Amino acid sequence: MTHQLEKESIRTVTLQAFPRVWKFGDDIDTDAIIPGRFLTINDPAELAKHAFEGTRGEFAQSVLPGDVVVGGRNFGMGSSREHAPLALKGAGIRFVVAESFARIFYRNAVNVGLLPLTTRSTADFKDGAEVSVDLAAQTVTIDGRPYPVEPVPAFLQRIADAGGLVEYARTITEVDLCSTGSQ
Amino acid sequence: MGSTLVEKVFSDRCRTDVRAGEVVMAPIDAAMIHDITGPLAIRTFREMGGERVCDPSRVVMLFDHQVPADSIAAAEIQAFMRGFAREQGIRNYDLREGVCHQVVLEKGHAAPGEIVIGSDSHTCMYGAVGAFATGVGSTDMGFALRFGALYFRVPETIRATVDGAFPARVGPKDLILSIVGDIGADGATYRAVEFGGEAVSGMALSGRMTLCNMAIEMGAKVGIVPPDEQTWAYLKGRRPGITPFELASDPDATFAETRRYDAASLEPQVAVPHNVDHVVPVSKVIGTHVDQVFIGSCTNGRFEDLAEAAEVLGDREFSKDVRVIVIPASREEYLKALRAGLIERFVEAGALVEAPCCGPCMGGAFGLIAPGEVSLSTSNRNFRGRQGSTEGLVYLSSAATAAATAMAGTIADPREV
Ligand code: SF4
Repeated sequence: MTHQLEKESIRTVTLQAFPRVWKFGDDIDTDAIIPGRFLTINDPAELAKHAFEGTRGEFAQSVLPGDVVVGGRNFGMGSSREHAPLALKGAGIRFVVAESFARIFYRNAVNVGLLPLTTRSTADFKDGAEVSVDLAAQTVTIDGRPYPVEPVPAFLQRIADAGGLVEYARTITEVDLCSTGSQ
Repeated sequence: MGSTLVEKVFSDRCRTDVRAGEVVMAPIDAAMIHDITGPLAIRTFREMGGERVCDPSRVVMLFDHQVPADSIAAAEIQAFMRGFAREQGIRNYDLREGVCHQVVLEKGHAAPGEIVIGSDSHTCMYGAVGAFATGVGSTDMGFALRFGALYFRVPETIRATVDGAFPARVGPKDLILSIVGDIGADGATYRAVEFGGEAVSGMALSGRMTLCNMAIEMGAKVGIVPPDEQTWAYLKGRRPGITPFELASDPDATFAETRRYDAASLEPQVAVPHNVDHVVPVSKVIGTHVDQVFIGSCTNGRFEDLAEAAEVLGDREFSKDVRVIVIPASREEYLKALRAGLIERFVEAGALVEAPCCGPCMGGAFGLIAPGEVSLSTSNRNFRGRQGSTEGLVYLSSAATAAATAMAGTIADPREV
């Protein structure tokens, strides 16, 4: 109980300065991130109130802007619902770090301006640990220890840099059909 | 060096030789939006400065997840989308036709060699007719509505060859469950899965749809079957004027992996909670109590599935302790089942037969399960909370196993009832 109180008070004092890790396991599916019955909601802040409802209720209650969601393998598997990355974004999450991502989630995340970062192993990333992300150095630092992360592939980086696909699309009037990028 | 089927599709549509791993801005032949993901797609289309949809004739709209509207919020969403369809001149099947993926195929919106997207993960099902089809999120869809194109990373291909013939009461659903169990929930991420071999060429389009539908459950971008006589026969009348052509991977194409399966040695399979790749032979879970059985969805809601269930049922009844919900995947499939007397049989046996829609599959509309309840379903996902309470349990099986289970009140082997 004391421990709990301490943790709580630390959080209240330092909320933005010391973002925390929200640790999840392998194969976190989009039904868990946002259950089907909330898909009539389209507002990120409203969606955020139901993030992980039924599987990890305390997330929506105590997540703070700047916290980092960490998963194992295949984060975001399942449905194509963009409500999933939007719910996380609405909760103030800017980065999701995982060992691997499901394809549609990965792309949706970049498209809505939530950055998915891949790292070799998240075994040492403990729930509640202090975390910071340095995109320039391509590292995520957990409790003072840096781990390398892979940036998004070059063709997605332009979209990520723009802040998402909507912002990117606003900068163009037509597409260069059939243009090929590199590997 | 030869090309895979998928590389050929992209090379052809982009009129330049492209290979797996390359990123291309490819033209979209058809795009499908539905009542769940459509509103966000329309919103992002607008936010991107979109006023007119690039080519309305390539867009298909329909409602299937929450129909007839089960809440005021759902009704509002559908009204909003109807308005958009009218304004843009988009074809809107509304709630008349059934489950999106079934309808796209039935109405001939996907054909061999085409690139089709849908804002729904099971869009990968259209690979059953030899199209490259994949699920995208709403922002990607908004982009495609605006520009008529989308960027893709051309995927590598895993080739799954299935030899042999299915034993009685074992079929495509058992096969794909066992393949998903084998490859795993992320074993095909970023890849295409190309199905071939004796068992697949002998399979009706209905079964190929079941296979390709569940490619996403291995993380794949598409499940695809090279078009053959059956494919062209299916498309006849659905896509007027289409003429057969050759489309297959070259013998010297590079595959990421090749795997072989044997249909003849397969038993009925069941995916157990809470992951689709937790797959066991039915014998391992026989006798498990169930509260609800759902026969339907884009995976197994076709006439062939309903006929299989009816055959297992015979002139007997479903257990009175089980809520049995049967939902044909589309109006076309519903009518076929109706005319063949299957619907009457199900109703007599104690089932609730609903009009074509997703029903309990996504847990967003009716047919939800309570904490502690168990559902066995012919659909494609058993994630925690997928069909209602996160404290409920969902098992997945074929329609034959579902019918046997609905009769017994506990999970049963369709070969033994
Ligand atoms: S039937 Fe199920 S899987 Fe198919 S489109 Fe509807 S909700 Fe999705």
